[in-house]
Amino acid sequence: MAPVTSDRMEVRSSDDVVRVRQQVRARALEVGLSLVDQTKIVTAASELARNMLDYGGGGVATIEVVSDGIRRGLRLVFDDQGPGIADIQLALKDGFTSGGGLGLGLGGAKRLCNEFSIDSKPGEGTRVTCARWK
Amino acid sequence: MDRIPILKLGSALLVTIQVDMHDRLATALQEDLTEKIVSARAKGVLIDISALEIVDSFIGRMLDHIAAISRMLDAETVVVGMRPAVAITLVELGLSLSGVKTALNVERGMDLIRRRLIETEAADGAGDE
Ligand SMILES: Nc1ncnc2c1ncn2[C@@H]1O[C@H](COP(=O)(O)OP(=O)(O)O)[C@@H](O)[C@H]1O
Ligand SMILES: [Mg+2]
Repeated sequence: MAPVTSDRMEVRSSDDVVRVRQQVRARALEVGLSLVDQTKIVTAASELARNMLDYGGGGVATIEVVSDGIRRGLRLVFDDQGPGIADIQLALKDGFTSGGGLGLGLGGAKRLCNEFSIDSKPGEGTRVTCARWK
Repeated sequence: MDRIPILKLGSALLVTIQVDMHDRLATALQEDLTEKIVSARAKGVLIDISALEIVDSFIGRMLDHIAAISRMLDAETVVVGMRPAVAITLVELGLSLSGVKTALNVERGMDLIRRRLIETEAADGAGDE
């Protein structure tokens, strides 16, 4: 499924996380997501962009407007070349954190999206993809 | 560095978060509030988040921290003006903000704080001589 539009944004600082949120909001509006759905995907984006920053040494967020011919949606990809996640099931568990967080980012982002996947290899990096359809 | 202004409102402090918060701003706010609670002898802290389009776990944790610090300094924190879409999202995210009181708007938040003040004053008065 080829994206309709695609924005590539580097995430190296907390200000970049703010910029990603703003761009996701703009694209969600364009796709026509409801206010609640916009809020959900922007919140998920905030969690995943911050994880790249906190645990992945920074990375790249790709924001895509996608269409399957019938409906449109927003697909977000977060890519980093950090240490990776050794135990994905554990990382997804609410309350689990290896830093000082609340441990709600990954599990929460999964609940806030219609599609969600984590692809990670220890030592190579992490890719988290999430999508929300109209 | 920019900072979020803290206003004194009777025996309470009022913070209106108007910008999309980044880390430094959040840390600065926690420090400033802690100092101001003591110097102003505040009994309550109102945090108006009606301008916030999202609350993620980072901001949620900050609100929890502020509430915990205030409590130790004998002040109560009330978060006011949360947007409905934000509330729905927070629940799905799994953030309960259990340590934080909430109110619909600043007025109702002030009512909560005033009520607490009256209660503690009554208790103190009963304890005198
Ligand atoms: N991009 C990433 N790279 C490496 N580890 C990660 C990444 N994202 C998340 N993790 C791991 O998963 C854990 C849980 O993440 P999350 O649910 O967002 O909670 P928190 O950020 O509060 O720790 C993190 O503490 C970290 O150990
Ligand atoms: Mg996180």
